[in-house]
Amino acid sequence: MTIQDTGVTEFPVRKPDVPFPPPQYADFRDRDGLVRSVLPTGCPVWLVTRHEDVRMVLTDRRISSNPSLPGFPNVAVTGGVPRQDQIPGWFVGLDPPEHDRFRKALIPEFSVRRVREWQPTIQSIVDAQIDAMLAKGDSAELVAELALPVPSLVISTILGVPPIDRDFFESRTKTLVSVQTTTEGERDVAVRELLRYLERLIALKQKRPGDDLVSRLLANGNLEPRELTGVVMLLLIAGHETTANNIALGVVTLLGNPRWIGDSRAVDELLRYHSVADLVALRVAVEDVEVGGQLIKAGEGIMPLIAGANRDDRNFGCPEDFDPGRTTRNHVAFGYGVHQCLGQNLVRAEMEIVYRTLFERVPTLALDTTPDLLRFKHDGTLFGLHTLPVRW
Amino acid sequence: MRIDVNDGRCVGAGQCVLNAPGLFDQDDEGMVKVLDQHPAGPDVAAVLQAVDMCPSGAINVTGF
Repeated sequence: MTIQDTGVTEFPVRKPDVPFPPPQYADFRDRDGLVRSVLPTGCPVWLVTRHEDVRMVLTDRRISSNPSLPGFPNVAVTGGVPRQDQIPGWFVGLDPPEHDRFRKALIPEFSVRRVREWQPTIQSIVDAQIDAMLAKGDSAELVAELALPVPSLVISTILGVPPIDRDFFESRTKTLVSVQTTTEGERDVAVRELLRYLERLIALKQKRPGDDLVSRLLANGNLEPRELTGVVMLLLIAGHETTANNIALGVVTLLGNPRWIGDSRAVDELLRYHSVADLVALRVAVEDVEVGGQLIKAGEGIMPLIAGANRDDRNFGCPEDFDPGRTTRNHVAFGYGVHQCLGQNLVRAEMEIVYRTLFERVPTLALDTTPDLLRFKHDGTLFGLHTLPVRW
Repeated sequence: MRIDVNDGRCVGAGQCVLNAPGLFDQDDEGMVKVLDQHPAGPDVAAVLQAVDMCPSGAINVTGF
């Protein structure tokens, strides 16, 4: 794999005939230091695959999340997301202390207690989607009919999107994440329409505040309305396709491991096992820093591979096994450090409610295809399933 | 064991509440709140789990 003389390792691009996570990650973890590689965009990057090293990269103050800094890894596939650094309020691309004002304003909206209060709402959204699915017959395409609409409807409810606008909201967010079925042009239109819609929504909430996230953020005054558009867009994008991919992959894994259906520990193990956001955490060193025995120079890009860390046998016993009973639970599926997923408890609640309700109400649920014909997302930033045909 | 938290570092991920529910909570701002500053017995393991899972290093423990 190493290109002679240069010490540069080919980037493990996901392909339909290669399992996920890429088997090279095990080899990368066993090497001394880190792996020097080049992204498909031509951008040089250090690949980090050991659990301990990934957690260090995601917490060290000498390492930045700011995509406008020189050397920051540039990934081509954006899934219709506008260039991160161009949107005010896109705070995943900010470092402390600038980052903290945004995070602090949002924390109470996603606390364990707040998410618990949202559970009946999530339940009724899931019930309605399953009602509609069952009313149509004895088969469904679970990504389009359950996995994508649930997170979209949940976040639009939390944000305060009026019920009459939720279909519009859901259709545009779906366009945004459907890598295979829409063109770059269609995604650009959807992004612009959504940003315009969010601006109108924020203006509406300024005039007529309600009991919702956008109204509360406007009322506490810590964020400017123009920053709020970016914040809301970020919440929408961060929580939509990621959650949908986790829901769909989880259904397949639980169908293959039925004894874990109904066990609440399955959710975090599914998150670890699938690590859908493997390629999402990108960083750049702002000072020289040593990680895993490797000197990274200031200005060099770093890619902590989430699936690498989550399958590290230095941290997890038998990491290739799907075992919700494992006692080591410190996976990094939601990242680590100050940017660790803000909505993680919402995602857990959505997954738990979807699995419990789906398998209770549709006990004969089965794949309507053979596992080898499932269409996995080898072509996007996130790992997942394009479609999931099921029958009952 | 003694627990001290630094709520300036807390990022409100809620990992402590999930891993040691009787010992930690989140206040109205979503920030870490210690319910029992001197846990003992089986609670010690849950606190250590919470310390390891905390993404921002906001929990310090001593004397265990």
